[in-house]
Amino acid sequence: MSPYARRRAVNTLVLSLSLGATAIGLLWLASILWTLLQNGVAAIGVDLFTRSTPAPGSEGGGLLNALYGTFVMTLVATIVGAPIGILAATFLAEFGRGNPLAPVVRFINDILLSAPSIIIGVFVYIVMVKQMGHFSAWAGSAALAIIVIPVVVRTTEDMLNLVPASLREAAFALGTPKWKVIVMVTYRAAMQGMLTGVLLAVARVSGETAPLLFTAVNNQFWSVNMNDWMANLPVVIFQFAMSPYQDWQRLAWGGALIITGAILVLNITARILANLKSFAK
Amino acid sequence: MSDVSLRPNEPNRPLPPVATPTRGNGGSVPAHAAVIAERAGKSSEAKAPATPDKVVVRDLHFYYKNFEALRGINLSLRDKRVTAFIGPSGCGKSTLLRVLNRIYQLYPEQRATGEVLVDGRNILDPKVDLNLLRAKIGMVFQKPTPFPMSIHDNIAFGIKLYEKLSPAQIDERVESALRRAALWNEVKDKLKQSGLSLSGGQQQRLCIARAIAVKPEILLLDEPASALDPISTQHIEELIDELKTDYCIAIVTHNMQQAARSSDYTAFMYLGELVEFDETEVIFTHPRHKRTEDYITGRFG
Repeated sequence: MSPYARRRAVNTLVLSLSLGATAIGLLWLASILWTLLQNGVAAIGVDLFTRSTPAPGSEGGGLLNALYGTFVMTLVATIVGAPIGILAATFLAEFGRGNPLAPVVRFINDILLSAPSIIIGVFVYIVMVKQMGHFSAWAGSAALAIIVIPVVVRTTEDMLNLVPASLREAAFALGTPKWKVIVMVTYRAAMQGMLTGVLLAVARVSGETAPLLFTAVNNQFWSVNMNDWMANLPVVIFQFAMSPYQDWQRLAWGGALIITGAILVLNITARILANLKSFAK
Repeated sequence: MSDVSLRPNEPNRPLPPVATPTRGNGGSVPAHAAVIAERAGKSSEAKAPATPDKVVVRDLHFYYKNFEALRGINLSLRDKRVTAFIGPSGCGKSTLLRVLNRIYQLYPEQRATGEVLVDGRNILDPKVDLNLLRAKIGMVFQKPTPFPMSIHDNIAFGIKLYEKLSPAQIDERVESALRRAALWNEVKDKLKQSGLSLSGGQQQRLCIARAIAVKPEILLLDEPASALDPISTQHIEELIDELKTDYCIAIVTHNMQQAARSSDYTAFMYLGELVEFDETEVIFTHPRHKRTEDYITGRFG
């Protein structure tokens, strides 16, 4: 076989293998989405968005309380976690050069990023739930915020590092104080990347179950009290899917479809934002 | 330039009889020779009265970690004159420029020793306020660096840092800076658009406008035209010519013709040393050192 024919043969082989691997991956994804749609669409209706979770065995009901709980706890977690993450990333990217603390912080953040989320749930249980004496939505939000922080730190630091040094130098060369260079120039240049990072963090925590099991738990009734137990989609899905009641199982499918759709929308938005070229290159 | 001590980096060798710098291709004279000849024609105006020294550099050494990039530089820049720095890549000319506004200090592993006197004051003194120093010494970089904001705000940004002005006064200053940078006519109808929407040459003129809007006394230009097409380059050279009536200008360039055209003094650097420094006409017509001659005639570099 000539070397050229051999290269062609190898190329064909590797190409088909990679295509096959891609197909297998996509097949499972498609099958998951298909199953979700098939079972979930039936549960989607006005009731789902207007009524709270039903008592065992009772007819009807919806997911209003769980949707609200997930929304509020994700919101609080983002409001608390994103600024901390952005500030920490600012330290790493803008002040970390030559600072011996920076690599330590970066290393710990990477560990936190890959820490099993149930550990974070247990941690918040011990430092918050135990101290307060009861489960609460605050504790749930805190656990989610701890998951938000490392995601935001990582993406924001990467985005700030992508801002060319020449842009910072140009700002400094005008006699700009450092804080102003960061806020007025570096943040602006990295803005869409930072937003993308925050959105990805939101997508990540809105589907987290384990950290909520020990913190906000669940609530069968409508509640806006942050000091009380609070319903949320992931835990409701977890409990309802395991229940023997057909109604509950149907709602679990509906919730799963909603949460998957929401995360899909968040990811697509993040992707579009990341590709926007209009306000910074 | 009697106050400038020259430190040739090699023992003085007798120069060969000065041959007309010719290349192998049939004796064509380098283009900068024509530029110098043309300048000589109007030498009466070129010989303006000497101006005072604005910047005096004494025994300046510069280190990137352990690498010594500048090995004892001595020279002075005259006020209201253009000084060009030429030399092969890595010779330290950009490094020297980056010392003059201490922008190198953003990087902890870089340091400078020696003295750089601006108006008699040593700016390497750690007590010098860096922000005030940099407001006084403008810098334009090789690649255009518009800020991610509107054209108007790109210019207003620097003005607002050190002056409290009404919006009308700021608009006025923005317009005059853009006019001086020969950009006003092209952007006057789109001041609210992003600075990034401009072409490369326009972006660079925007950066020059931004630098002069804060009324610095010294302008450092680090290969300002190297990424631009000939027409934009011409714009910028005309601009430099006009600006030198007010500023002390230092320009780093790889373009011999540009150095010959736009500067009053030229410094030739090689491997971190200042080989030769004199009036531009002298450097380009009667260089004292073999290496200078080789470089300007294109035999190495």
